[in-house]
Amino acid sequence: MADLRELYLEMVTDHAKNPRNRGKVEPCTHIGTGHNPLCGDKLVVTVSTDNDVINDIKFDGEGCAISTASADLMAEILVGKNIEEVQALFACFHALLTEENGTDSVPRKLAVFSGVREFPMRVKCATLPWHTIISALEGGEEATTE
Amino acid sequence: MIADNAISDTFPALQQKIGGKRLVYLDSAATTQKPRCVIDAIINYYEHDNANIHRGVHTLSQRATKAYESARASIANLVGASRAEEVIFVRGATEALNLVAQAWARPRLCEGDEILITEMEHHSNIVPWQLVCEQTGASLKVAKVNDDGSLDLESFRELLTTDTVLVSVAHVSNAIGSINPVKELCTLAKSVGAITVVDGAQATGHMQVNFSDIGCDFYALSGHKMFGPTGIGCLIGKYDLLQEMEPWQGGGDMILTVSFEETVWNEVPFKFEAGTPNIAGAIGLGAAVAFIEEIGYDTIHRQEQELLDYCRDVLRTIEGVTIVGTAKNNAGVIAFTIKDVHPHDAGTILDHAGVAIRTGNHCAEPLMERFGVTATCRASFSVYNTTDDIDRLGTAIQDAITMLG
Repeated sequence: MADLRELYLEMVTDHAKNPRNRGKVEPCTHIGTGHNPLCGDKLVVTVSTDNDVINDIKFDGEGCAISTASADLMAEILVGKNIEEVQALFACFHALLTEENGTDSVPRKLAVFSGVREFPMRVKCATLPWHTIISALEGGEEATTE
Repeated sequence: MIADNAISDTFPALQQKIGGKRLVYLDSAATTQKPRCVIDAIINYYEHDNANIHRGVHTLSQRATKAYESARASIANLVGASRAEEVIFVRGATEALNLVAQAWARPRLCEGDEILITEMEHHSNIVPWQLVCEQTGASLKVAKVNDDGSLDLESFRELLTTDTVLVSVAHVSNAIGSINPVKELCTLAKSVGAITVVDGAQATGHMQVNFSDIGCDFYALSGHKMFGPTGIGCLIGKYDLLQEMEPWQGGGDMILTVSFEETVWNEVPFKFEAGTPNIAGAIGLGAAVAFIEEIGYDTIHRQEQELLDYCRDVLRTIEGVTIVGTAKNNAGVIAFTIKDVHPHDAGTILDHAGVAIRTGNHCAEPLMERFGVTATCRASFSVYNTTDDIDRLGTAIQDAITMLG
């Protein structure tokens, strides 16, 4: 059985307990809401961009340790990126969470989620913030993990 | 104190380890484990008697028909129906409720009519009525729940009017375990002439249910929550009402004669069982009924109440744990939250300790909202659980708090 400590690495629990980017960007240029019907989690991501480049991200809402830490680290990593870069990073992150050899190309801070791969039921927790920000940047509707 | 439980030996799935530890299964409200006798009955059917029912004259078909119909008779006897024909086999409690909604309510309700349910219903006892309301113009009324999780009888009485055409209530709440005084509710509902439906999905695996004594018109039950297989359940309905109702699905076995000019429906209950039914499922459920009768509801109920009291005591000693639903009249279901530990994380950490619980909104979103939570952890018991299982639950919760709290 997968080791629980691989899932809840110190960096993950630290960001879950003390998220640095919880709140709301005001004024924001993009807003997105995410919903995971499985656990009832709801997430609001606010973003401000300048010339299509992200300069601030905040998130709010209730979530488990994995989704909170994922949202918090995502908010750190994506500053300075444009939507194409966000999508490319998400593809790498998704591969990290779901594929055996998908770990090479993700930033170090995202690599802490590699343990999620052994807990398939928790992949949606880690990806919800990403689905939400992409839907916000695309000006779309509520993102869900369904 | 239930420290040792020989009954669990007859459940093959409980004889395994998860993460190197003996599995502690505390998710019986989602589905119970299956005893050996139920598994054997299904295997025996497929190995020896597999045939379609009600049509072949050959030996296997006769055997299959006999086994299927005797399962119906067992259910009727278990729940106190006045005759076997009052038992309709369906996929589960959800389908039973949908059958009443579509075959009884939909053709009869109109604008101005009201359907009364409660705040503690499972989505399967909310959504079928919302569909009927959309289809007929009727409206849905919802009786409130008290802070301890019991039904607010005042609210129920207030909402019950001469416009109330149908009342549908859970016998036992799936999310928090409150037991509703269904006999009293049905008497009240009858006083305004309403048709009464009881969702018994969480009751029949745990306590004696008597359809005639409760006095409801329809009672829904689910096979897999009472040691039977999935995909089988029953709608128990008053014979006269079933007679008056039109079928809701067409197909083989539900007709007497078919021509392009006129088709004549079969008798009750076959009128509501179009197509080849879940024969193996019904036979498995029949075996589950025999299993329950052998142990006896008295033993099952007593044991689960003892576990409930013990678990409430254990959880109350853990700092940061809040029990949601503390009604006096409660089945072996406990919902709780842990301070600073999201239920989803708790579920993963407990699973790692070999303890299986349910986390989430338990298909009862309105009730979660009533208690101001998005999700809870839920431990639910059956006759195979022990106080040792509860101790393992307590220890695993402590681990979760250490890790994340």
